[in-house]
Amino acid sequence: MTAALRFDPIRLPEKCEQLRKEVRAFLAEEIAAGTFDPHKPNREDTDAPEFSRRVGAKGWLGMTWPKKYGGQERSFLERYVVTEEMRVANAPTRRFFVADRQSGPVLLKYAPENIKMDILPRICRGEICFAIGMSEPNSGSDLFAAKTRATKTDGGYLINGTKIWTSSAHIADYMIAIFRTSPPTKENRRHGLTQFLVKMKQPGIKVNPIGQITGQYEFNEVVFTDFFVPEDHVLGEVDGAWKQATSELAYERSGPERFLETYYVLTELVRAVGPDPDTRSAEGIGRLVAQLHTMRRMSVSVAGMLHAGKEPVVEASIVKDIGTVWEQQLPHRVRDLAAFVEETATNRETLERQLDFAIKTAPKLTIQGGTTEVLRGIIARGLGLR
Amino acid sequence: MAESDNIVVETAEKIFADLADPQTVNNDKKDSWQAPLWQALSEAGLPLSWVPDDLGGSGASLADGFALLNAAGRFAVAVPLAETMLAGWLLAQAKIASPEGEMTVLPASPRDRITIDADGALSGRCRGVPFAKAAKHFAVLAHGKDGVSIALVDASKSRIESGLNVGYDHSDTVTLDKVQPVTIKAAPKGVDQTHLMLMGGVVRSLQIAGALESMLDISVRYSNERVAFEKKISKFQAVQHNLARLAGESAAALAAATSAADAIANATSFDDEVYLEAASAKIRCAEAAEKGGAIAHQVHGAIGFTIEHILHRYSLRALAWRDDFGSESYWAVELGKLVAKRGADELWPLVASR
Repeated sequence: MTAALRFDPIRLPEKCEQLRKEVRAFLAEEIAAGTFDPHKPNREDTDAPEFSRRVGAKGWLGMTWPKKYGGQERSFLERYVVTEEMRVANAPTRRFFVADRQSGPVLLKYAPENIKMDILPRICRGEICFAIGMSEPNSGSDLFAAKTRATKTDGGYLINGTKIWTSSAHIADYMIAIFRTSPPTKENRRHGLTQFLVKMKQPGIKVNPIGQITGQYEFNEVVFTDFFVPEDHVLGEVDGAWKQATSELAYERSGPERFLETYYVLTELVRAVGPDPDTRSAEGIGRLVAQLHTMRRMSVSVAGMLHAGKEPVVEASIVKDIGTVWEQQLPHRVRDLAAFVEETATNRETLERQLDFAIKTAPKLTIQGGTTEVLRGIIARGLGLR
Repeated sequence: MAESDNIVVETAEKIFADLADPQTVNNDKKDSWQAPLWQALSEAGLPLSWVPDDLGGSGASLADGFALLNAAGRFAVAVPLAETMLAGWLLAQAKIASPEGEMTVLPASPRDRITIDADGALSGRCRGVPFAKAAKHFAVLAHGKDGVSIALVDASKSRIESGLNVGYDHSDTVTLDKVQPVTIKAAPKGVDQTHLMLMGGVVRSLQIAGALESMLDISVRYSNERVAFEKKISKFQAVQHNLARLAGESAAALAAATSAADAIANATSFDDEVYLEAASAKIRCAEAAEKGGAIAHQVHGAIGFTIEHILHRYSLRALAWRDDFGSESYWAVELGKLVAKRGADELWPLVASR
């Protein structure tokens, strides 16, 4: 076999189900207290700092990290349960989601001890928000074309240039960004980029919100002008960011957030058709549920591989490819199926409002965090085609 | 499943590699491979994998049997191995011993029904019964006034209208007209027609997933050999992306099928959770057979459309397997009804329970 893809039927252990109950109870309380409305799509420009602290207080942020940094030393599978329950409930996770999933693990691996001791516990308490500085006006999918410079100066680096499409930069306390410390070499065009920790909300950084087609202002342009970053904020090897990127991708690409972004319209469709649907609705719902179940089983399987210390980069890319295409099509399929829903369905207005937002959200789902084209390139490489 | 990890699968894979090599089988116009293959499988006790020792079988676990059928799919095995295994499993549910030789199950579609009359004779018409023509016995699930029974029937007592499915395998119409079974016993609680159809559906799902793995394998290999416009076609991004999608369909089918197999192997009853797993597997694998098979053909171009090439042994069989034990449309309607009946707020708990 040239292509040895494995998706073993990993089951979440029993302790995950106890945790799931706790998360559901917590979210039910938050909903009852009016923190958020589960029927409203998770507007990504909604900031909920107090909610973030309460999630932290539960021990559900950085939950897989060492206890000395504020973590709980729990498993990836437990984190998986927390993530999917939050996502399905439309909880406002924006403030902590990036730090918990991505930035924290990068710091754990590459930051010096003093920085880990300073920042990681604050992530775990839900106090700080992270952004990721990758794209630039002239480099998106082609990450290694980044031009924003980090020039060596006394005790650190001076940053000049612009990052763009940076989600949450307007509320973020920190950004993990890649900057150019050397030109690429002839042999390796990926050489010369370095990963940095950047403290936001300081002079030398200007954040300009950018309006999105959904009506939100959730991503930004971030302009650096002679902005100083101290030496110990370098994360990993100078000029060697390219070596550090791949291992994080599996975490980023295979989670439940990669197919549940528009899930709420499916729930609402089931509510709208009622307990005794016509054949057309039943078949449509049945197919969607079968596809959803299959993706979730694939995603849990990848979580199990991560838990076992593997790096399932190709499998994770497959989950994200299939998952994002599915969540992108979902609102359109639901719209088709809802076309004959009775005018009298009590949730008709809710469903229509949700569809309006989901249909506007859909185009970004196959772009953010690695486009479909990039993912298929990675899968093709895994198959031995490149 | 890249490499086998148990003795049942290892044994089967060795037999398939020796006696069911798709290229050899495809070149053999007289089907002279069939008898030696069946004999080897029988000698290894594989057709009766799911029959306990005391009922004449080899007593393998459900899990091992499922893994064996996934391997059979990877070789597009065209003898009634899956059907005999399923028949043996059904008979064993009622503690009926399995005879030697090929078997298949009745009904093979959720819409067909066999009934038991007052004299204990069986009647009914079943369409699309795989390998009925080759079977010496049928394992029959029948409905009488006392509920569901399981029966062993001598195939020669039935009327068979022979037919071929889209994959050129026998798919026949079987009519029982007041046939006295060899043995008949009440089915244990929980074993009913839905259970049989879901079990059959998962068997077909594993075979489809296996066929897709092989389609991916041979498509990748071919794209690395075939040169067009002065380079290997695997170097064209359009081809790479098509193959990446085929890998996704193959992965989805494998994940859905192995998850459902695992669910059944560990289930104590056929509750909503197992129903979700088994129905989803059949739906998703059938969809993958369509989408994935189309890509495999697209990559191969005209050569894959020839009867000399082995691709059709996988692609057409995978399409044919969609129809057995309830098509994806049937299961989608049933699963949709189940979800609607449980209600909107019970959908996520059902999905998350797996």
